[in-house]
Amino acid sequence: MPQILVENLVKTFRVAERRPGLAGAFAGLFSRKHRTVRAIDGVSFSIEAGELIGYIGPNGAGKSTTVKALSGILVPDSGRCEILGRTPWKDRVAHVARIGVVFGQRTQLWWDLPVTESFELLRDIYRVPAEDFLKRRDELVALLGLGPVLDTPARQLSLGQRMRCDLAAALLHAPPILFLDEPTIGLDASAKLAVRDFVKRLNRERGVTVILTTHDMDDIEALCERVMVIADGRILSDGTLAKLRQSVTRERWLTLDLVEEKGAIEDPDARVVERDGLRVRLAFDPEKVSPAVLVARIAARHPVRDLFVENPPIEAIVARLYGELKP
Amino acid sequence: MTPYLAVVSARFRVLLQYRAAAFAGVVTQTFFGFVRLAILLAFFRAASGPQPMTPADLPAYIWLGQAMFQMVPWSLDREVAALVRTGGVSYELLRPVDLYNQWFARALALRTAPVLLRALPMVVLAAAFFGLGPPPSAASGLAFAASVAAALLLSCALTVLLNVTLMWTLSGEGVSQLVLVTVIVFSGLVIPLPFFPDWFQPVVTALPFAGLMDTPLRLYTGNIPATDAVAFLTRQVAWTLALVLAGRALLARGTRRLVIHGG
Repeated sequence: MPQILVENLVKTFRVAERRPGLAGAFAGLFSRKHRTVRAIDGVSFSIEAGELIGYIGPNGAGKSTTVKALSGILVPDSGRCEILGRTPWKDRVAHVARIGVVFGQRTQLWWDLPVTESFELLRDIYRVPAEDFLKRRDELVALLGLGPVLDTPARQLSLGQRMRCDLAAALLHAPPILFLDEPTIGLDASAKLAVRDFVKRLNRERGVTVILTTHDMDDIEALCERVMVIADGRILSDGTLAKLRQSVTRERWLTLDLVEEKGAIEDPDARVVERDGLRVRLAFDPEKVSPAVLVARIAARHPVRDLFVENPPIEAIVARLYGELKP
Repeated sequence: MTPYLAVVSARFRVLLQYRAAAFAGVVTQTFFGFVRLAILLAFFRAASGPQPMTPADLPAYIWLGQAMFQMVPWSLDREVAALVRTGGVSYELLRPVDLYNQWFARALALRTAPVLLRALPMVVLAAAFFGLGPPPSAASGLAFAASVAAALLLSCALTVLLNVTLMWTLSGEGVSQLVLVTVIVFSGLVIPLPFFPDWFQPVVTALPFAGLMDTPLRLYTGNIPATDAVAFLTRQVAWTLALVLAGRALLARGTRRLVIHGG
C-alpha cells in the first residue's frame, strides 16, 4: 500500500461575482451571482515512502488546494485520500502530528517571540519528548545554520533566514512526510541553494517523503525524479522529468559560436531559436537528423569555433506546456 | 507542559510586554472611575426612597470594575481575526490539537495578562486613596474570588464564540462593535445592574453578561449575600458551558466550509 493515495479528489468553491461599477455594487446588495469554480477536478495519484515529488502547474491550477486537502485543513467535496492509513480531514489531529508543512508565503513562527521560543512552543504543542527535541533541534540548527538567529524575534528575520527557520519548525516532530508549498519563493540565489540542499539531504539521508510545489524549475531539476503537472484542476502528466520533456517536445538545441558574423544559417531540419552576434542557437529534432550530420552540414558552409548540444531548459518545456493549455 | 498551557504561557509573556498600554489604561480607567462614581453619588443625593444599592457599596463596585475592565470580552480576539484574514489560520489547523481549546487558551492569556498589569496598581491606588475597602466578610471575599474565576472562563467562552463568527464574516469589525456596547452595558460597566428598571431586571439577570462583572462585584460588596453565592455561581457556570457548546458546534460547521485563499 502506498504511503499517500489520492483518488478522484474534487473540490469546488463558490465565488460571488460582483458586477462592475457603482450600479453593479448596488445591485449586488440585493442579488448575487455565484459561480462555481472547480479548484481540483478528479485528481488521482499515489506516492511511495521516500519519494521526492515535484508538483507543478500554472497559478490557480489547484496545487495549493491539493496540498491543503492532503494536509487535512480543507475538506474536499468528494474523492478518497489516505495518508499513512488515515483520511486527513476526518482524522485531522492524528494526521497532522505525522506530517510537516511549510507554506512559503506564510510563517508558522510566532511573530513576537524569539525563534528558539517558537521551537519550544512547537515542542509542547506536538508533545515531543524533551530529549528527542533537543537532539533534533540541535541537528536542524546545525544543518540549516540557524545558530546566529535563534534569539531573534521572527519579525526581524530576513526572508531567507525565516524560511530556514520555518523548515526547522516543520521538522521538530520528525514527520515522515513533508509538504513544501513554494519554499523558495522570493529567496535569493544562495538561500535557494541552501533550501534545496537541505531538502535533498532530508530526502536522501532520512528517507522523508517530500511533495514540493514550486514555480522555480531549477528546484525541480535539482531535486525531483518525478514530476506531476496539474492544470485546471487535473493532472496532465505524471512521471520522470525525462518523460515530461519527451511528452512536450523531442527538440534539442545546438549552440554554435561562429568565426565570422555573416550569412544566414539555414538548414531544412533546424530552425534558429536565437542569434546574438557570433552565437547562434538552433533547435532540431534528433529523430529526423542526427546531431553529427547537422553539425557537419552547417560547418561545411560556416566556419565554427565552438559548439554544444543540449536539452532545452525545463523552464522552456514547461512554458510551452502551459502555453498549449491556454485556449 | 501541555500544548494548551504552552499557548497560554507564550501569549501571556508577549502580552506582558505592553507596559505603556497598561500605564495609559490605568490613567484612563482611574479617570472614568471618578466620573462614574461622581455621577452615581450625585444620583444618590438627588434620589428619594430606598435604592437597590447603598452608597457604601459603590467604591468597591466601581474601582474593582475599573481594575478588571480588560477581563470582559469587549471584542473578539484580534490576533485570531488577523490569522483568519491572512490565511494564517491554516497553520492553526496544522497543529495536532483541538482548535477550540487552542483558541480558548489564547483567550485565557488575552483576558488575564492585561488585567494583571492594570489591576494591581489600580487596586493599590483605590485602597489607599479612593475608599476601596475590604469585603464585609471572608465568605464574601471567597465568593468574589470564585466568581471572578467563573467570570474569566465565561469571558473566554464568549471570546471564542465571537472568533468563530469570523469563519462567516471574515472581518469581525461589525461583530466587535455590536458586542462592545452590549457587553459594557449589560455587564454593569456603565451603571451597576441593580439600577436598571425593575421590569428589566429579569432580562439583565438572565443574560450571560451579568456574570462577566456585575456578579463578582456585587458578591464582593455583599450586595449579593455570600449565602446566595451558589445560585449566582451556578448561573455563571451554566452560561459558560452553554457558550462553549455553542462555540464548538459552530466551529465544527465553520471549519468544514473553510476556504483558505492564496498561497
